[in-house]
Formats: sequence, C-alpha cells, structure tokens
Amino acid sequence: MSVQSWTFVLVGVSFALYVGLAWWAKARSTRDFYVADGAVHPVVNGMATAADWMSAASFLSMAGMVAALGHGGSVYLMGWTGGYVLLALLFAPYLRRFGRFTVPAFVGDRYGSQAARVVAVLCALFVSFTYVAGQMRGVGIVFSRFLEVSIDAGVWIGMAIVLFYAVLGGMKGITYTQVAQYCVLIFAYLVPAIFLSLRIAGTPVPQWGLGALDEAGRSAIDRLDGLQRELGFASYSEGGGGMLDMLCVTAALMAGTAGLPHVIVRFYTVPKVRDARSSAGWALLFIALLYTTAPAIAVFARTSLLESVAGRPYEQMPPWFKKWEGTGLIRFDDKNGDGLVQHLGDAQHNELVVDRDILVLASPEIGGLPDWVAGLVAAGGLAAALSTAAGLLLVVSTSISHDLLKGALWPSITERGELVFARISAAVAVLVAGYLGLHPPGFVAQVVAFAFGLAASSFFPTILLGVFSRRMNAAGAICGMLAGLAFTSSYIVRFKFVHPELNTAEHWWWGISPEGIGVIGALVNFGVAALVARFTPPPPEHLAKLVDAIRSPR
Amino acid sequence: MNEQDSKLYWRANLRYLVALLSIWGAVSFGCGVILAPWLNQWRLPGTGFKLGLWFAQQGSIYVFVALIAVYVVLMARLERRLGCYEE
Repeated sequence: MSVQSWTFVLVGVSFALYVGLAWWAKARSTRDFYVADGAVHPVVNGMATAADWMSAASFLSMAGMVAALGHGGSVYLMGWTGGYVLLALLFAPYLRRFGRFTVPAFVGDRYGSQAARVVAVLCALFVSFTYVAGQMRGVGIVFSRFLEVSIDAGVWIGMAIVLFYAVLGGMKGITYTQVAQYCVLIFAYLVPAIFLSLRIAGTPVPQWGLGALDEAGRSAIDRLDGLQRELGFASYSEGGGGMLDMLCVTAALMAGTAGLPHVIVRFYTVPKVRDARSSAGWALLFIALLYTTAPAIAVFARTSLLESVAGRPYEQMPPWFKKWEGTGLIRFDDKNGDGLVQHLGDAQHNELVVDRDILVLASPEIGGLPDWVAGLVAAGGLAAALSTAAGLLLVVSTSISHDLLKGALWPSITERGELVFARISAAVAVLVAGYLGLHPPGFVAQVVAFAFGLAASSFFPTILLGVFSRRMNAAGAICGMLAGLAFTSSYIVRFKFVHPELNTAEHWWWGISPEGIGVIGALVNFGVAALVARFTPPPPEHLAKLVDAIRSPR
Repeated sequence: MNEQDSKLYWRANLRYLVALLSIWGAVSFGCGVILAPWLNQWRLPGTGFKLGLWFAQQGSIYVFVALIAVYVVLMARLERRLGCYEE
C-alpha cells in the first residue's frame, strides 16, 4: 500500500473511533457538559489533559524548531512542561477546591465583581480563539499534505468532526475522545522516533539514543554538531539567542501554560482536591514522554537530512525530496549551476531551504521508514490538533452560555435552556474557528505564541493573586488584567503585524522578543494590581473568608 | 478543622511551595539557561550529553515530573497528620 492509502486507512479508523466514543459519552446535564460530572479518574484526566494540551504546534512544529534552534529551542521544551509545575502547585488544587465550572467564574466570585467576570470572559474568548485558529490551520495542513485535498477542504473536514463530538458530548465526550487521541498521538510520535533511534544510535529508547556513545566515543549530538560545523551552521548544542530573551520566553511560556483556560478547566473534572494535584502530575508525565522525545527526533531527522541531501547531485535526490518540493516547503535553487544541492549556513551560497514545520511529518520518509509510519504520523498530527481544538471550543461555549448568559445576562435560564445554548455556542464557535483557519491571521506557531503571551499577562497574575493575596480586590484585579493585556497585545501587534520588518533583536525593548514579552506583561499586571489595590478599600469580609476556605484542605 | 490547624496547614504548604519552586527555577532558568554554557564543559557521566544541554532538553523535564510527585506525597502526608485526608 502507498503512503496515501495507509493515511486514508489510519486517519479513517481513528476518526471513526473518536466519533464512536463521543456518541457513547453523550452529555445529559450542564454538569456533564461543562465538567464531565466531576467524576473523571485522575489518571484518565491526566491523559486527557495531555492531549488537550499538546497541540498541532507541539506535535508538528516543535521538533523542527528545536532542530533549527538547537539549545535555543529548549525554551519550548522547558516552557511548555515547566508550566505544569506552576499549575499543580499554585492553581489546580485551589481552583478545584473552589469548585466552579470555569476560570471567569472563579475570577468573578473571588473578586465579587460582575465586571471582573466579564473582563475574564473576554480574555478567555480572545486567548481561545487565537489558539484555536492555529489548530484548524494545522488540520488543514496535514490533510493537504497527505490526502491531497486543498487546505480549505481539510479545514472543513476538521470542523465537521469537532462539531460532532464537542457539541454532542461536551466535556464528557471530549474527555474520552482525548484519551483516545492521546494514545494515537503518542504512538504516532514514538514509532518513528524509535525507528530512527535504532537506525542512527542502535538503541530503541530515543532519549537514550540521543546521548549514547558509539565505538568512536561520539554521541548523535556530537555527530550532528560536526556536520553542522562542516556546513557552516551554528552548532546544535550551543546555539541560542540572548540569555535574557531565553529566560523571558521560557518564563512567558510557563506562565502562559498555567494560565490557559482550557488546561485549567480540566482540573475541575476530577472528584477531589488531592486528585487535582496528582492529575497534574500524570498529565506532565504523559506530556514529558513526547517532549523528551522531541529533541531526539530533531537530532536524528536533521542528521539524516544532512547526510542524505547536502552536497549530493540534485538528480539523485530521494522521492520524498521531490514530493515536498512540490508543496513549496522544500525549495532548491541551483545558484552556482553545478547540479549539486549545496546546503550551507552561509545564506549567500545556500541553495536549499527546508521549512521547519515539515521535519516531523517528513521524518519517516527522511529516515527511510515503512509507508505505514508516515500514515500514522498524519493521524497523530490530526489527533493533536483536534483534541486541542475541542478543548478550546468547550471553553468558548462555556464562557458564553455559563459566564455571560447564565452569570450575567439571563440568570433565570433553566438548566435545559443553558445546555441548548451551550451547544449552540459550541457550534457557532466551531464556525468562527473554521473561518479563522481558512483566513489565518499568521503562521501556526506565531498565533500560538500570541495566545501564550496573553494568557501569561492576564489570567496568570489574576488567579495567583486571587489565591495567595487576601488583600487583592476587584479594582486591582480588573486594572491589572487590562493593563497586562493592553501592554502585551500592543507589543505583539506592533512587531508581528504593524511593523514586521522591525521584528529583530536590535529593535526589541530590552532585547525581549514578542514571544517573551508576556512575562513583562505579567509583571505590569502584578504592579498595576498591587498599586490600585493599595489605594482602594480591601475586599469585604465574606470574600476574605472565601480565600481562607480555598486555602484550607476541606 | 480548627483555626490553628488551618494556619499550620497553610504555612507548611507555603514552605513546600518555596522549596519546590526554588528547585524548579534552579534546574530550568539556572542549569538550563544561565549556567548552561558553563555546564557544557562536562558531560553527563556514561553518555555523550553536554551537561547544560542535557538540563535544558531532558533533565529539567524529569525534575519537573519529580517535583509534582513529591508535592503530592508531601501534601498527602500533611493532610494525614492533621486528620483532614479525603478518603
């Protein structure tokens, strides 16, 4: 069977599985729809959280970014895992103890302010939509590469699937589909990594193969460093941008991870406070399996690519090279006309451009692995994108039906009515997300970076202060959120959309990139909140009691 | 739970948080970024990993998982001691 027919079979089987599970786990009440009745086992929730969390960017783009940036790419590995420590230690237990359905509900009730709740809803919608657009785009890209349909058709198919199970199943349906999606995506990620590790390092454990020494006493990383140096690229193990920028990007990704509403809401679905802690631990363990494998894929695939392509005649390029050339993601320009593919660090003489996003998708072919592995990777990429999209859409629909409608505009609505509106808003959200996927505001990774900066500068400080400061009041929280959000989004918009030509280190403030500015935004939020709270009256007695209740074990 | 126990519980919790988050920052921001170039002069014993790179791409992640596990155990022990462990 060809790669394409394998892809059809594997994608088809996995989609049938998701739809079947969603049908089996239909939501019957609002509690089912919002938090799966709060009855999900912590290990199951950990697995669902891992799928919820690992997006198209983690699965498709991350290894490519690490391969291109070397040590500098570690910011993604540490940032997107370290956030779970913050989540488990600072957020999850307290929010579970508080026991509402959503993040805006926590903000609204803790600060005793309808305005704070509405600001939080707007933040949640903004963050979720920027993030979900990237997922739908990812779905489109996988479809177009492997099934030879247009990106637009791919987005439509993705929308139809998510529409079905998010609208029908709510959180309950999503939880069980995400468990299946985690299994598909981790299997799809590990299989090519194991194959590549066996071929290049002679061991089936990729994490070990990365550092294992061969007879000559050199590791896979040493060999890649050697190749990179020969061709004039920066060495893998030493590359990296400015140190302050690396620290800021790492911190912004960590705080953003802990502040993403679709991740936080998963911890409302476990039965006990203690489960919220252990569930975050399980989630990180499942995530770490992929994240520690990513650098191995990066090094192995990059090495194979350099060995099989660099300096060889164009006529003898392997079939995958021609195929990806057709998509425009591999570009070859024979500048000196000698018929050889010169791949060099020096941009003037370099003749080959390989898009970072294809490294994972193309790794089975680059490594010469069997055809079914390529189909499996496509199914895994779709699982990663769909599971994240569904989790985000649920946040959008909950924010609208529960926080805006039930919480602010129409408090007397019946549970049945609320459930109907939850489903309608989920459906509308899918359509909006699909529109954003068809007309994307930027590349997948850029859009996702935006969502992190905003989550880091709005929710992270507000929730943290809500739990750990009894003195913080509504005025402080609202001003802090708005200031953090305004600062971060104007910085990102300036460098990403208004003046993209200025987006280089010498123009950045203090040398901090738009990806890392969220952490400064968070500091702005903290500062403004503290200042405003200092000059406004402390929160009333019943809110101080509420904080004490959140902090005590039961 | 009486007020004194509540205070005890919260203080112990804060102590754990400070200790665990210091390790969290030390392995990621410290060993993974600030000290990485200096640590790279050594290799992880028995392997070819440069130490700074290993912390940035593998070690810090393993430590993160361990930190959450330790916190779960510490809090369970604390709650048992104060008689407020949820069965």
